[in-house]
Amino acid sequence: MSFRLSYRADPGNPWFSWQYVRDNSDTILTALREHTSLTVRAVLIAVLIAVPLAVAAYWFRALTGPILAVTGVLYTIPSLALFAFLAPYLGIGAVTVLTVVVLYALLVIVRNALAGLTQVPPEVREAAEGMGYGRWGRLFRIDLPLALPGILTGLRLATVSTVALVTVGVVVGRGGLGQLIFAGLQNNFYKAQIMTGTLLCVLLALVFDLVLAGAGRLLTPWLRRRSAA
Amino acid sequence: MIAVAGPIEAAVVWLNDPLNWTNPGGILDRVGEHLAISGAAVLLGCLVAWPIGLWLGHTGRGGGLVVLVANLTLAVPTLALLAILPLTFLGFGRPAVVVALAVFAIPPLLANAYTGVREVDPEARDAARGMGFSGWQLLRRVELPLAVPYLAAGFRTAAVQVVATAALASFVNGGGLGQIIRAGFGLDIAAGGGQILAGGLLVAGLAMLVELVLALVERLVTPRPLRNRGRRAGRRAADAVSGA
Repeated sequence: MSFRLSYRADPGNPWFSWQYVRDNSDTILTALREHTSLTVRAVLIAVLIAVPLAVAAYWFRALTGPILAVTGVLYTIPSLALFAFLAPYLGIGAVTVLTVVVLYALLVIVRNALAGLTQVPPEVREAAEGMGYGRWGRLFRIDLPLALPGILTGLRLATVSTVALVTVGVVVGRGGLGQLIFAGLQNNFYKAQIMTGTLLCVLLALVFDLVLAGAGRLLTPWLRRRSAA
Repeated sequence: MIAVAGPIEAAVVWLNDPLNWTNPGGILDRVGEHLAISGAAVLLGCLVAWPIGLWLGHTGRGGGLVVLVANLTLAVPTLALLAILPLTFLGFGRPAVVVALAVFAIPPLLANAYTGVREVDPEARDAARGMGFSGWQLLRRVELPLAVPYLAAGFRTAAVQVVATAALASFVNGGGLGQIIRAGFGLDIAAGGGQILAGGLLVAGLAMLVELVLALVERLVTPRPLRNRGRRAGRRAADAVSGA
């Protein structure tokens, strides 16, 4: 009993504190903004590279093996090692963080986009050819729309894992909310700061995931109709 | 200090210094720490995830739970867990690091155990039931042996992931090869570039080595008739983890 009382009486290091959030709202918002902008930029760049790569692998089957092999090997490379490889060349800063997270996001999106493209039924492809679609017409009007669920799955996974991965950027001083968590560790293990950074990270991932899930529902109305029927 | 042209040359110089290998806190010490932490984390993950995964697969319920666990752990930054766990009852030191890493080993282990039992041929299950096997006997003598290729695939995925993630333990001074990279970043980038790159090479090399060795083990524990199926199956289970 006395232990419990003394524990309650110690206000020094609570797990969460509104006082901390109010007093440091500037720092927190800056970290959140940096985290969000890094994530958005990384995922956009990754999509712009990954979808053409997946299409190339889909068109030229000979490329499928090498592309999947390279992405598989990249995935076994630890994130800290990738930072270590790139930092001596790209320097300490946002470019290094961005490159690392883009590389990881790339893998996830390429794999899922390719899975989506190869799931297009052969009858549909033949019908499109019979209707006179050329290669590009078929790609934009038939293949990509039908592969959209796969691409969106990849996009959601990539976004959520990117939000978590950006925190490793503290190693080069640009970790967004990771910076908050790490500073909490260094500030004599200030729990409220660590917890605020963590909660915002998970919340950010959740918000991104919900937004993308909503966008996916809007973009693929035929799936909803099918599941309703 | 020798004036060096680029980070790669500096890394080669750093790796060629025997003292960097044998010093206290040198490469050999760090590799030992890295493997000890990773091994304990994977073991802990197996002890938690396999019984639950096998049981959920056996009863055929809880598929949603498996996906939920996978998605949740994806969103939690490793750094956050590494920072939070030492402040709980676990206290500072190795146990907290091991538990933090084990959390990230659980999703692949759980998903593959679940999928492995689910993918057992229903006819084999019916035949065993017809022979009078109880639920427990069915799990132990039919479903478990047939799920071994999946368990091995999940073990490999989890182990490689843990070895890779263990590098981050250096953020809380948890030891391991990441410590070398962090020490390099602590120096000026021009002076530490070689050490950073060398540390990165060591961590990546260790992860690849574990991947190769476990791929071999996975092949050995898979009975020959199941080998081709097992490989496809492993991939499918991995896809299930990534939600594809």
